[in-house]
Amino acid sequence: MTDPRHPPGRNGFAIDVGALMRGRLSVPNVNLVTRPTGRVVRQAIEGELARAGSRVPVSVIDLTGVRVLDFSCADEVVAKLLLRYLPPERPGDIFFLLRAVEEVHGHAVGEVLARRGLATVCDFGDGEFRLLGPATAEERAAWSVLERSERIGAGSSESLLGAGGEALLQRLCERRLAYRHRGGSASALSALARLPSPR
Amino acid sequence: MRVIEVPASLDYRNIDILHARAGAGETDPVLFDARRLRWIDPNGMLALLGAGRVAGRGGARPRISLPTSAKVAGYLDRMGFSRAVAGIFHSAPPRVRRRSVRASDVLLEITPITTNSDVHDVVDTVQSRAGAILSNTLRYPPAAVVQFSVILSEVCQNIVEHADGPGWVAAQSYNWTRRLGRHVAVIAVSDLGRGFRASLADEHSERFGDRWGDATALEAAFLLGLTRFPDIGRGQGIQQIRKQVARWNGLLSIRSGTARIADTPPWSQGPPLQEGLRHFPGAQINIILPENSGD
Repeated sequence: MTDPRHPPGRNGFAIDVGALMRGRLSVPNVNLVTRPTGRVVRQAIEGELARAGSRVPVSVIDLTGVRVLDFSCADEVVAKLLLRYLPPERPGDIFFLLRAVEEVHGHAVGEVLARRGLATVCDFGDGEFRLLGPATAEERAAWSVLERSERIGAGSSESLLGAGGEALLQRLCERRLAYRHRGGSASALSALARLPSPR
Repeated sequence: MRVIEVPASLDYRNIDILHARAGAGETDPVLFDARRLRWIDPNGMLALLGAGRVAGRGGARPRISLPTSAKVAGYLDRMGFSRAVAGIFHSAPPRVRRRSVRASDVLLEITPITTNSDVHDVVDTVQSRAGAILSNTLRYPPAAVVQFSVILSEVCQNIVEHADGPGWVAAQSYNWTRRLGRHVAVIAVSDLGRGFRASLADEHSERFGDRWGDATALEAAFLLGLTRFPDIGRGQGIQQIRKQVARWNGLLSIRSGTARIADTPPWSQGPPLQEGLRHFPGAQINIILPENSGD
């Protein structure tokens, strides 16, 4: 179930996991528990992503309609989705943003990401995006600068991020925490989801 | 007929007595005499069911004499015990006139767990009941109902994913005025599956060599988060339950085979690891969450 607030044609579109469960998966109570349920939900999300094709690089996985998220499902849905789209042989060039309720989902997602060494950008609805999951202090600092700047132009990374800034930016892109444009500049995923098509 | 006297008080502290008295694989018909039962918690109820199931493996279905105390019999009724014994015991007709079933004061009745759908049902049920108990009685923050549901989900999944056998879950809150001076919530989960040692043996026994046994298997799962699955994402359930129970200053113990392992808070007594106990088929998980004292 795509979120109508993010119509096709923009860079970001949202998959409302709660609506997906109630609708296409016919789960009356939106509790993301047990691994088999998590697998079914992840496969449904992947189906939505495949239908969206390559027109949107940023997908918002919206968990705000989910009441309970256990660790098994956090691993099956969030961690395994990120894992699948991390390597070069990923099924699509898609980046992920997570939208969640911190006190309901934040801990479970953070723990499963830590277990697998993954990180993602998360919107907890408090007006700012956060990096969830393990990252070095340097990576976090570089990501924060990019998040505030929204976009770092080609050749500006060292001046904005300091010595080794370009390598840090590259590392964020490899971890799918930032988007690299063809010309060499980089965008924050949160900004990219709001902007017209990337160039 | 062999008569097994059920202790007058049966809870997480003495369920081993029941296992020891019940034995296993004996062919004599067995009667569980619970007439003098005055106090029982969810661990005791599940232990009775488990002991009955094991006693029935000898061939003849065991019998049970229900408590003569109207209060205890009524409580067992409300906890779904009478329904749960069907298929395990030839139960004696109730000696007391049953009160109408009032599910509202029960946190979670005895619920069989065999499939993932059962786990969903438990989570759905407990959410509608646990909020008031956790907030008003245990004085936990509002979000605790989510964490409580996650604990139940993970412990129940342990049965489905690892036990390879039937299991039950039950939970209730109590006022432990004399014992602790506080309210508590007790969660009991029990299965008669293959136990931790057998579940982990194929994947992990070799690396532990001669040390491999029930206690080592419990340590591997409890302390190291090992499971029979090679996937690094597995094994988080027990680890996360340990963390959450510790945040709430609770007690968590797992009994399997001949051993028991526990995270013991300061208010409780008991060693972190016990070995050489009477063999228990499957696993029994006990969680006690005390009222937030605001310390």
